[in-house]
Amino acid sequence: MTASDTERQHTADTASILPLRVRDICFDAGGKRLIEHISFTVHAGPCLIVLGPNGAGKSLLLRLCHGLLSPSEGTVEWVEADPIRARSQQAMVFQRPVLLRRSVAANAHFGLRLRRVPRLERQAVVAKALRQGGLSHVANRAARVLSGGEQQRLALVRAWALQPQVLFLDEPTAHLDPAATRAVETLLKQFHAAGTKLIMTTHDLGQARRLADDVIFLHRGRLLEHSPADSFFAQPHSAEAAAFLNGNLLW
Amino acid sequence: MSEFRDAFRTAISLLVNFDGDLMAIVGLSLLVSLSAVFLAAMVGLPLGAAVAACRFPGRQAVRVLLNALLGIPPVVIGLIVYLLLSRAGPLGALGLLFTPTAMIIAQWLLVTPIIAALTQQTVSDLHDEYAEQLRSLGVGSLRAIPTLLWEGRLSLLIAVMAGFGRAIAEVGAVIIVGGNINHVTRVMTTTIALETSKGNLALALALGMILLLLALAVNAAALVARDIVNRLYG
Repeated sequence: MTASDTERQHTADTASILPLRVRDICFDAGGKRLIEHISFTVHAGPCLIVLGPNGAGKSLLLRLCHGLLSPSEGTVEWVEADPIRARSQQAMVFQRPVLLRRSVAANAHFGLRLRRVPRLERQAVVAKALRQGGLSHVANRAARVLSGGEQQRLALVRAWALQPQVLFLDEPTAHLDPAATRAVETLLKQFHAAGTKLIMTTHDLGQARRLADDVIFLHRGRLLEHSPADSFFAQPHSAEAAAFLNGNLLW
Repeated sequence: MSEFRDAFRTAISLLVNFDGDLMAIVGLSLLVSLSAVFLAAMVGLPLGAAVAACRFPGRQAVRVLLNALLGIPPVVIGLIVYLLLSRAGPLGALGLLFTPTAMIIAQWLLVTPIIAALTQQTVSDLHDEYAEQLRSLGVGSLRAIPTLLWEGRLSLLIAVMAGFGRAIAEVGAVIIVGGNINHVTRVMTTTIALETSKGNLALALALGMILLLLALAVNAAALVARDIVNRLYG
């Protein structure tokens, strides 16, 4: 391999898959339109929070962006033309941590093994990720007997070990108590500081205020606002968002 | 009543003295049923998992077929294998009829649907739980099969044990394709049937007790396995 080849490969590995362009997507299920003509662009950098009441379509939107669902209309495009590489640079953490019936360490290894990362490198990455997640001391325990907070941290660590450029998070703290929520948020801030793009749904306003740089506000499958967090929280444009911020928007 | 008591006493002495004929029969039973279950697991586990986790044309048909085969009586399986292997049948040239191999084939056909159907149930539940996460990690549905089988390993062990329980206890299929030939194809269940009808209750009783013990052992092992699952993996 020549020097220029090495360099090219290096560029290929680090080239950003962002921006993500969502163009006029709709999503129908069971004869109902659940997502209605949503368009937005996501750039690298700021932490994006998708906010809205229950049933607004937050989780759906995340799954559409990540490619777990296909839109009924419209397109979801990464700037990265190779879909396999685009996918390999994304990871997702779900509301309920989906852990394998194996040890904590084996869970963390799983994604890397799928990507054929050599064992020695894998061990180094996993050890570091577990340390970061504060899970080193339980590495050999069965993953599914951990506490809810530890399980979700493991799900984060497993995603983080893949070193994704974009990390999707679907209400990762919805089932956690305040202390566990804080631990997850601390971890998320570390990921963000390391340069990972976070795209996260929540209905927890406090959490949104703590983490958001940008906000997308959804209501009944429509995108009502997409603005920087400061201006969204200070002065929402739509009546629905204002009502939601005041706790008056029920659904 | 004293006749039964004598038979019982003889049965115990056959067991305690490891009677040669008795042991040969038990050995052949285990050989046939364990081989059949091993082969059935090789086919049934991946087949059940594929039906649960993959979308392919004819999937529903395979599902219906598997569930229908669950209820098929062993004698019917025996009859089908007999027809296939008999001299005039399509596989007659192999000369397998009335051999242990024929018995393994019959029990394999009997057990495969059981293992496949139970696997399908287990893996289907796991697939519901893991599908999104696996797809997010870039795992295709074929690659997901070994992962899901491994995740369900202890439930699947119970499925395989259920298959073994069925194989070791059935008489209809092996008596038709094996012919119950002394020292060649005589297994526990066929011997019980024959010896009882001849009035030789001692041997039948001894074998019955062994079958009962095996059934108890298999069920106890299943319970222990389930307990381990619950304790270790939640």
